[in-house]
Amino acid sequence: MPEGDGTSERLRTVLRTDHLTRVVEGRALVDDVSLSIERGEVVAIVGPSGSGKTSLLRLLNRLDEPTGGNVFYEEQDYREIPPRELRRRAGMLLQQPYLFPGTVSANLAYGPASHGENLPEDVISDLLQQVGLPGYGDRDVSRLSGGEAQRVSLARTLANGPEVLLLDEPTSALDESSQLGVEELICRIVGERQLTCLIVTHDRAQAVRIAGRAVVLEAGRVVDSVPTSEMKHAR
Amino acid sequence: MLARFFADTLQLGVAQAMVTFVLALAAVYVARRQGIHLERESIVALIRGFIQIVLVGSILVFLFRGPSWASVFILFLMMLAAAGTAARRARGVSGAFVISFYGIAGGAGIVIVLMTWLGAIDPRMASLVPVGSMVIASAMNSNAIALERFRAEMKSQVGYIEAGLALGAAPDRVVAPYVQAAVGAGMIPRIDTLRALGIVWIPGLMAGMILAGSDPVYAAIYQFVVVGMVFAASGLTSVISTLLIRGRAFSPAEQLQLSVQE
Repeated sequence: MPEGDGTSERLRTVLRTDHLTRVVEGRALVDDVSLSIERGEVVAIVGPSGSGKTSLLRLLNRLDEPTGGNVFYEEQDYREIPPRELRRRAGMLLQQPYLFPGTVSANLAYGPASHGENLPEDVISDLLQQVGLPGYGDRDVSRLSGGEAQRVSLARTLANGPEVLLLDEPTSALDESSQLGVEELICRIVGERQLTCLIVTHDRAQAVRIAGRAVVLEAGRVVDSVPTSEMKHAR
Repeated sequence: MLARFFADTLQLGVAQAMVTFVLALAAVYVARRQGIHLERESIVALIRGFIQIVLVGSILVFLFRGPSWASVFILFLMMLAAAGTAARRARGVSGAFVISFYGIAGGAGIVIVLMTWLGAIDPRMASLVPVGSMVIASAMNSNAIALERFRAEMKSQVGYIEAGLALGAAPDRVVAPYVQAAVGAGMIPRIDTLRALGIVWIPGLMAGMILAGSDPVYAAIYQFVVVGMVFAASGLTSVISTLLIRGRAFSPAEQLQLSVQE
């Protein structure tokens, strides 16, 4: 990937991986991945099952530790950033919503409360409005549909005010109609908030619909990086 | 009835043990008829238990005549053995022996030292070792239950734990519900013991004191004191062990460690 020389180029690069590698029991889950993600860019990580897409995303959120290479957020070595702060700045949405027992509001307030911030009611209402669930604050999470739960999960991640959004197959557990709804929601929110976004998907059509660029992984290695408009030519 | 045939107490004891063996084997046979095959384990455990307790009894005859500091050494060895047993039951937990030892030594040790200092436990070996062993054994059970419960909770709740971490929460906060569940699991059997005390069962210590000629009311109160000590030691052990294992569940970068999950 091309690296910028000047200061302005450096500031444009929000996230950079440098020969990022994770080997577990002799198997390289992520193998020498060097990527540069620019501010506001939406990048899809595509590849077959077991190609290391989720493993790469987990390294970026530091849920796992790399065995080689490094990650830089705005050119700062990510090991210098306290893990909790890093995870707030690079919010990750998991495949399953994993909502904590209780109300929708309590789930939205969870992240900010973790660093002593009390999320005001009007912010909760705004977030629920943004994810298309107005008035859901007092609802118990056990009463939500799969699509609603994933929307709440997205709102919960957004409540931390992340600069980068890491989405791990956010629609894979949903039926088709919910899938398209959540997809549209992601596109709208990423656009409105001008977020930098990495989305893992095994669905190339989804990558084309959501992302501007696709990074193709195979056996943990980057084998291609192309604009999604040229996806048919990607290996 | 057996007393009629055996005037010597040792012979009477052996005869009583034989009868117990037969009864236990009958239980194993009934279980076998139901398709539960625990014959080997049960027989080995019966023989092993008998030999161990007779050996301990024989050793105690000599030790009770020894200096009182020797009881500290015996209780220390008991704690080591208890940690080993608890660690075997908490298989899959990294560092289970060390965690168990600190938990048992912390929980049971504090209670034994404090109660001996206050005079609730007679510091003479004949009293300190049996009462101390009851406290240690109970702490051992609570420790194993708490560790196993914590490991099982962590394993089944990985998604929720990582969802919490991914939101920037501190590991302590993320696993707080599982720590509470583990400590509770370690303490519940002891709470049940306290609840059932005197109604469902009259413990051996109290029965022994009454048979030895103590005032039944004092024997009852002292039994409560022992059960209370057991409860306190179990609670402390559960808390210490669970907090120690929680510390090992995460890396310095606050990542869930596989050694606890597997």
